[in-house]
Amino acid sequence: MRHNASLQVGPDGTLKHLLTTEGLPATVITRILDTADQFVSVSEREVKKVPLLRGKSIFNVFFENSTRTRTTFEIAAKRLSADVINLNVGASSTTKGETLLDTVWNLQAMDADMFIVRHSQSGAPHLIARHVKPGVAVINAGDGRHAHPTQGLLDMYTIRHYKRDFTALTVAIVGDVLHSRVARSQIHALKTLGVPEVRVIGPKTLLPAAVERLGVRVFHDMAEGIRDCDVVIMLRLQNERMNGALLPSAGEFFKCYGLTAEKLARAKPDAIVMHPGPMNRGVEIDSPVADGKQSVILPQVTFGIAVRMAVMAMLGSDHNSNARTAP
Amino acid sequence: MRGGGERRVEIRGARIVDPAANRDAPGSIFIAGGRIAALDRVPDGFRPDETIEAAGLVACPGLVDLSARLREPGFEYKATLESEMAAAAAGGVTSLACPPDTDPPLDEPGLVEMLTRRAQSLDGPRIYPLGALTVGLKGERLAEMAELRDAGCVGFFDGNAPMPDTATLLQALRYASTFGFTVWLRPEDPHLARGGVAHEGEVATRLGLPAIASVAETIAIATIVELMSITGARVHLARLSSAAGVAMVAAARARGVAITCDVGIHHLHLCDRDIGDFDAQCRLVPPLRDPSDRERLCQGLADGTIDAVCSDHTPVDDDAKQVPFGEAEAGATGLELLLPLALKWGGKAGLPMVESLAAVTMRPARVLGIEAGSLAPGAAADICLFDPNKAWQVRPAALASQGKNTPFLGLELVGRVVRTLVSGRTVHST
Repeated sequence: MRHNASLQVGPDGTLKHLLTTEGLPATVITRILDTADQFVSVSEREVKKVPLLRGKSIFNVFFENSTRTRTTFEIAAKRLSADVINLNVGASSTTKGETLLDTVWNLQAMDADMFIVRHSQSGAPHLIARHVKPGVAVINAGDGRHAHPTQGLLDMYTIRHYKRDFTALTVAIVGDVLHSRVARSQIHALKTLGVPEVRVIGPKTLLPAAVERLGVRVFHDMAEGIRDCDVVIMLRLQNERMNGALLPSAGEFFKCYGLTAEKLARAKPDAIVMHPGPMNRGVEIDSPVADGKQSVILPQVTFGIAVRMAVMAMLGSDHNSNARTAP
Repeated sequence: MRGGGERRVEIRGARIVDPAANRDAPGSIFIAGGRIAALDRVPDGFRPDETIEAAGLVACPGLVDLSARLREPGFEYKATLESEMAAAAAGGVTSLACPPDTDPPLDEPGLVEMLTRRAQSLDGPRIYPLGALTVGLKGERLAEMAELRDAGCVGFFDGNAPMPDTATLLQALRYASTFGFTVWLRPEDPHLARGGVAHEGEVATRLGLPAIASVAETIAIATIVELMSITGARVHLARLSSAAGVAMVAAARARGVAITCDVGIHHLHLCDRDIGDFDAQCRLVPPLRDPSDRERLCQGLADGTIDAVCSDHTPVDDDAKQVPFGEAEAGATGLELLLPLALKWGGKAGLPMVESLAAVTMRPARVLGIEAGSLAPGAAADICLFDPNKAWQVRPAALASQGKNTPFLGLELVGRVVRTLVSGRTVHST
């Protein structure tokens, strides 16, 4: 059996890859969030650049399309002065029959220092991390239904920013948990950071088997599940799942699980509302809530840049002891 | 050529373990004309042409494997008949059933004849082909079962291909029962299993892998048992994977349904936890399930609910495993691991060796309806000689099979075949 810890965190606690939040020690998560704190101020400067990764080549390797996530990584890498190469592999190599590892080895031969990988198959970044040269780092930018660790970490950053302490919070994650890599990454990180109550809310068709074994409480009734929450995280519902065997319609989903002001009123008055984006207004979330004063959906995006900068800077420096971790 | 002429062989001083005779006692085996002439007492006038000193070794009937993919025709880049027959011999396997999922599949008598002729020319273990149940394993048109039987097929199977249409399944069972043929089915509802690569449970949830619930197996078993009762067909269930499946077979047996079943050797030792972080070696069909399922399978094999354990030998090349878990080809090499892993199962279950070996000799022979798995005088001299205490490490170089991928790579196993005889002729020796 292979363990995450050995693959992504070295024996001395240095980050070698970022593949999943599962098994990531609280100290490492906290270090990422603290480092991100310093990068938030970089993004507020006139010149939004630090030279931490100057001369490093970062390859955005997306086997599955996502303009938005790719762009946030690109911005983060550029603010660290790295050279960024974007590859939309889904449209080239694999359709020509090249294997995943061949693609990676070819890119490695072009002296890549870091791979940011998105793939439709759970575990693809693990496979790559096991086969790259020592010193080359892999960041998982979303694999199948498995993990999206930078999203999970930026959510932790956002929660910490507004709530300070994790150890007294009640957090609800609402919607399509079954297909959500974001939800899995959030759950592991929240548990590791000591959140006493993590809830998942959704119809039985959208909750994976034995999800309670991940340490969450399961609710099928939104009104009940959202009660007294400090944080409400809405998940994106993919279009193709709205009408079929999992759900009868987007309208019925919204009625039962969409976040409206009325439902939000059952949470704590100072509860924050989060969404990993892109939002389906009127499906997961009602516009007045998405745009309301409890919504922190846009700050999430801003913090996302800083968190991705922090992860890249740490991977760059943990691999190269000459570089500094802080700007 | 079988038979070994009038050549006489003596295996001297072995620990003879013959489950068919419930025997575990030291002795000697006398072979003449490719058959067992006698045990213990020298037949009158017997002068051996060859004497095999077997002190410290166990002599048991050659193993009978209910499922070994030899990959010919069509997948020679994964394995060849030569390499896999050698692997069988190295594993002490002297009779094996091969599923029809080759390319093209074994749905025509000519293909079956070609395969058996090629196998015979290699003068190794005996091959018992399973013919296709439907043309092209597509689950649409019935294969020519009577013709395939005449060509040497001992049963009819669509391998891991789904049987998408219950109406076709009903007719296949009806037709097969006309001739008394045994239909092999891997019990899995194709709709419930669609797209799944791991057992539905905590591990698949954690890893975000599309899942197959145990109910995919039990629904299929319920359907099959019902169809058996109205058709009178004989069915063998290939590769049980769940505790609930074992319980359903036991219940059907108790009602008098003449159903047989087997389990793959991996499922006695592994569970979904062993997938770890996406270890593609554990990508198997059916999926590895919960530890409680594994325990029930072990128990079911011990109490006789499950008739036999097989290697489910499936050579897979590295390229097909060095991909993300969900894209990896299912299967593992198994012929050479069957004996030590069966001994390991028996040891953990606290069974005497004679019972552990029954699960890989006499009991699978009975499922196939072949004369094998016995050392009784007059039986073919198919014999496995092994060192029960020899520890060895599973490494690619230690395997004769062209398939080097197995979840057991790197592990140390106990029990190593020293010599394998088919019809009294040595087909493997170390």
